[in-house]
Amino acid sequence: MQIRDLKRVFNGSVVAVGGVTFDVYEGEIFGFLGPNGAGKTTTISMLTTLLRPTSGTATVCGFDILKEPNEVRKRIGVVPQEYTADEDLTGYENIMFCADLYGIPRRISRERADELLKLVELESAKDRKVETYSGGMRRRLELACGLINHPRVLFLDEPTLGLDVQTRAAVWEYIRRLKEEYGMTLFLTTHYLEEADSLCDRIAIIDHGKIVRIGSPRDLKDSLGGDVIELGVQGAEDDLAQLISSVQHVKEVKRVAPSEYRIKSELGEVTAPMIIDALRSKGYRVSKISLTRPTLDQVYLELTGRSIREENGDRTQAMRQRMIMRRARM
Amino acid sequence: MSGLTNEEENAKLVQQARSAPAAGAKTSSTIISSSPYHGLWALTNRELKKWYKNPVILLLSLIQPVLWLGLFGKAMNFGAIFTEGGLNIPGLNIPKEVINQLGGMLMLNIFGTYDYFSFLAVGMLSFIIIFTAMFSGMSIVWDRRLGTLNKVMSTPVARGSIVMSKVISSVMRSLVQAAIVLVLAILLGMDTSHMSLLGVIGTFASLALLSFGFSAVFLMLALRSTNQNTQMAVVNLLNLPLLFGSNALFPANLMPEWLQAFVRVNPISYATDIGRQLLLGAGGMSSLAFDFAYLGAFAAVFSIVGILLSWRLLTK
Ligand SMILES: Nc1ncnc2c1ncn2[C@@H]1O[C@H](COP(=O)(O)OP(=O)(O)OP(=O)(O)O)[C@@H](O)[C@H]1O
Ligand SMILES: [Mg+2]
Repeated sequence: MQIRDLKRVFNGSVVAVGGVTFDVYEGEIFGFLGPNGAGKTTTISMLTTLLRPTSGTATVCGFDILKEPNEVRKRIGVVPQEYTADEDLTGYENIMFCADLYGIPRRISRERADELLKLVELESAKDRKVETYSGGMRRRLELACGLINHPRVLFLDEPTLGLDVQTRAAVWEYIRRLKEEYGMTLFLTTHYLEEADSLCDRIAIIDHGKIVRIGSPRDLKDSLGGDVIELGVQGAEDDLAQLISSVQHVKEVKRVAPSEYRIKSELGEVTAPMIIDALRSKGYRVSKISLTRPTLDQVYLELTGRSIREENGDRTQAMRQRMIMRRARM
Repeated sequence: MSGLTNEEENAKLVQQARSAPAAGAKTSSTIISSSPYHGLWALTNRELKKWYKNPVILLLSLIQPVLWLGLFGKAMNFGAIFTEGGLNIPGLNIPKEVINQLGGMLMLNIFGTYDYFSFLAVGMLSFIIIFTAMFSGMSIVWDRRLGTLNKVMSTPVARGSIVMSKVISSVMRSLVQAAIVLVLAILLGMDTSHMSLLGVIGTFASLALLSFGFSAVFLMLALRSTNQNTQMAVVNLLNLPLLFGSNALFPANLMPEWLQAFVRVNPISYATDIGRQLLLGAGGMSSLAFDFAYLGAFAAVFSIVGILLSWRLLTK
């Protein structure tokens, strides 16, 4: 999968995806991370031929998404962010419906539906209407639907959104197994960084429609260059960044709140006491301190600023989000 | 789901997954049919399933035309006005038989049949068609809202099939409903003296064409819409003018000139005209051949435009 300068602008002004270029290799699990509204879903929509890019192009399985969208569609599976299964139909009927959309002959699709329902452990509920399913069951049904055509590339948009810890673990277990069994390529977005860390072969971090970093979880963590010390100073209004950065080994100081600092340094365990001493000698008291080895969370925070971002999206988006949540709760 | 799946069960699942034909992945693209119609039946079937599995919707959709039939058809007893009861003018001593005969002639002239109920019953057949067609537009708005549309569009289904499936299911639904309305009307006393099997078939053929055209029209209006309220407003705006601006409820030749002009382009009038000629033996607004040609053209033009638009509008 090759993505070249893909760009999408909504209503002439909202730049959802501002020209991204990257490759996804065959057989890998590729994670797409970013804050709300970063452009993840928009990118997936373009790659799955639902949205036409404003400019740029991409190939999926060797087919151009603009010139041969139908060839792309035959070879991909999509598990969308929303629950799209038909509530009035049963789980089995929903899967068969998906199979028919691909024109898979009945003989084969029956076999596959059974196999997939078994895989996602929905066998016993397959003849119940989807409206009686829990959020986790719906998710798993979506997963099964996305796999019915044995896709070469499976797109998963936040496959574990709104799921409890057990179900999330189970969904990832299926995903891992699928990759092993069918050798397919997985392209997924998630907000759970630990998951991305443990599952993905490579990760791209996207923010404001731009890719800010791409690489294996290992590479990303290494790129942070050292440990992170977080520090709170009691009652200090002054900017102490200057003072802290004069301490040995300190590489970078960021003032994240009026009296809180995030410090990057090598040999954190040695540097931390030195910083405390330095501050004390100037009459400041350290109220709290923590030392962390780099995790993906930190890479993410480092690159995108805050962990949670208020969605500044339009009303439709917000409505949809609410609907997902409402349905997830049902 | 139990996250506590024990080892044994897990091993079993893996085993099952293993036994899955991994080769299927390689052949997947070859077994996918390349026929542009393969999704059409699947999509139509889904719509119909949702419908016949939920008889409440069917019943609700029948209530309105049946109420109209009962209330209007029976209450507006135009026939009674022109009989001895209504035309009893004191001082003038016209014999009863003459009045009744005169009244009958009047009714026949105006409505083409002796009773208004039968006249309206045919109009109600068109009414239920329009009603169902309007809701086929709503369903695509829902599909868009719930993401079903996106899911369907990420599969190799032809874009035109998405619209056509809704049109076809709407046609099938509305014909069943029209059949029920017709049976009820007959039970309630519709004039059957002129009915024949061929006439009924011809009438339903014209209703099918009407439904085809209007379903396509309302779907087109909904193609880009994301809001069911807007769609509802559009539907309500068009609903009554379309119905009253036709000969479904009242004969066109008694309407003012400008309204008659509208009635003449309104496809509902042609379907109703066919129905009255074939079911009631009434003299028509125009010849059967012309009626059918008009409806056929209406259905063809709008379904083609609908398919063309769906190619353009569904992909944003
Ligand atoms: N149809 C649309 N019209 C206008 N703006 C849109 C549309 N769809 C998305 N956007 C905007 O594009 C931006 C990117 O949205 P996108 O859905 O791709 O984000 P995301 O990364 O998937 O976020 P989340 O994590 O919340 O799912 C947002 O600012 C959003 O408001
Ligand atoms: Mg998203």
